[in-house]
Amino acid sequence: MGGTARLSRVALGVWAALIVLFLLFPILLIVLYAFNPSNVQSWPLHGLSTKWFSSTFHNQQMRDALWLSVRAALISTTIAVLLGSMAAFAVHRFRFFGREAVSFLLVLPLALPGIITGMALNSFFVFGSVNFSLTTIVIGHATFCIVTVYNNALARLRRTQSSLVEASMDLGGDGWQTFRYVTLPVIATALVAGGLLAFALSFDEVIVTTFTAGAQNTLPLWIFGNIRLGQNLPQVNVVVLFVIVLTIVPVWFAQRLTRDTGVLRPGAGGAARVAVAAEGGAQA
Amino acid sequence: MSVRAEVAAGGPGLRTARRRASAALFRRGWLRATLLLSAPGAWFVLIYLAALAILFVSAFWRVDSFTGNIVHAWNLDNFKTIVDTPTYRTIAFRTIGIAAAVTITDALLAIPFAYFAARLAPKKLQTLLFVIVLVPLWTSYLVRVYAWRLILAQDGIVNWALGQVGLGSVSIAYSNWAMWIVFSYLWLPFMILPIWVAFERVPASFLEASADLGARGWTTFRRVLLPMVLPGVVAGSIFTFSLTLGDFITPTLVGGAGSDFIGNVVYSSVGIANNVPFAAAFATVPLLVMGIYLLVARRLGAFEAL
Repeated sequence: MGGTARLSRVALGVWAALIVLFLLFPILLIVLYAFNPSNVQSWPLHGLSTKWFSSTFHNQQMRDALWLSVRAALISTTIAVLLGSMAAFAVHRFRFFGREAVSFLLVLPLALPGIITGMALNSFFVFGSVNFSLTTIVIGHATFCIVTVYNNALARLRRTQSSLVEASMDLGGDGWQTFRYVTLPVIATALVAGGLLAFALSFDEVIVTTFTAGAQNTLPLWIFGNIRLGQNLPQVNVVVLFVIVLTIVPVWFAQRLTRDTGVLRPGAGGAARVAVAAEGGAQA
Repeated sequence: MSVRAEVAAGGPGLRTARRRASAALFRRGWLRATLLLSAPGAWFVLIYLAALAILFVSAFWRVDSFTGNIVHAWNLDNFKTIVDTPTYRTIAFRTIGIAAAVTITDALLAIPFAYFAARLAPKKLQTLLFVIVLVPLWTSYLVRVYAWRLILAQDGIVNWALGQVGLGSVSIAYSNWAMWIVFSYLWLPFMILPIWVAFERVPASFLEASADLGARGWTTFRRVLLPMVLPGVVAGSIFTFSLTLGDFITPTLVGGAGSDFIGNVVYSSVGIANNVPFAAAFATVPLLVMGIYLLVARRLGAFEAL
């Protein structure tokens, strides 16, 4: 009895180690490829070098794509922080008809396959005769970024005691003062965390963007195009390393800022998405 | 009240007005909710819902084959084309089939891992494992697909390793097999997390009761643990299934010439053929499949479990 229990423990441990290897191996490997001196992407690498870094950073197409991605992510994040926190305040403070529908609607762009959101916005712009531009990219990104800020702000608001706000009012603070000196400091880090996640989400997005960018190239679209055509692969490798750093860093900070509400813990973000998607499925 | 606070508040007149306004808003909760919701509400209704409505409606229109303009005449031609054309049927079945295979694979990979992580691993190792599961989730999607393209390539590391141990080489690059592996990799964290939570939630007393009643380890696992984590598996499968159904980047980058997904047809119908109505009609297939899937999942209690 004891023997088989120990055996199954060891077997499960080995299984877990293999899964860890499976999860991390491709990411570690792709980091190595950024230092591949050859312009042929075959294994094993013949030494390591940073010779492609300089030409990559001087590639004008790449710089344009990067700049477009950064602008799109910054504007989308700003819109997401404003609209997401407004929605969170409304849903937190007041009970009203259709309150559940708000949460459902906000999460829909993430719950539906990206191709549906992308297609929908594409036909919206085409029928409205809107030319594709930075604005159309931002509209697409902001639509699915709002929910990250909303979820973070709402989670923090629910954990904040309402007595804080009441105390401020009792002490003579008006609505604005209460907001400025009590509510805002309480939720500030949650907003920053939501904003960082929104930035990472926007900076990385490719499916919706292919439908809303027209002929423009964001950084992920530049990478996608080059991989598909097998062009500039040494430079793609360097950019890929850069992208890994630029998406993991904001997420890392977001995680640190929201330890209490734990946006990234299992069950928090993902489960909310599933639950809300479920309501939609039942209504459909 | 200090002079500074007075000045900061904008003088007595303004302060009174502001006070009155905020008191009025505080009393009328619905008014504040309306004001707060107006901007995000307008964004979602006027842009997103309107876009979805246009998408849905345009599925019933058609494109004039001569002029290339969209004809606003209601008809079911697009849906008929999808059902009647063998190529489109094959593509739809391939998409759904691979989505199902990926879901089953991920469940089989995730259940033992989640069991170990939630119930056997010591606290410190748990935290480490949790971060390791999250890292791929937050690494760029495109980067992960690209990594696998290099791994599975004819001159990639898989064939190199097989060659080192004298097993020759395999050509799985650009095939349905490659798509199956890459999708299983991409969505594995989405399967692990809900199952992990489900294992954590099983009270220790249940397992003790099962042992007291004479059940051995395997029986307890099969008859007590597994039924209790099944809703978690279903919850995870919603992600693995839905995300695979709507993808077209992975089929483009690691699938072969004959590996088109519904997403690829939709993409080329919009981008190349300029046939939005047909793309919209084909896009309703994953939507419909997901709708049915969610209904079944709800039946299985996937949502109460989370």
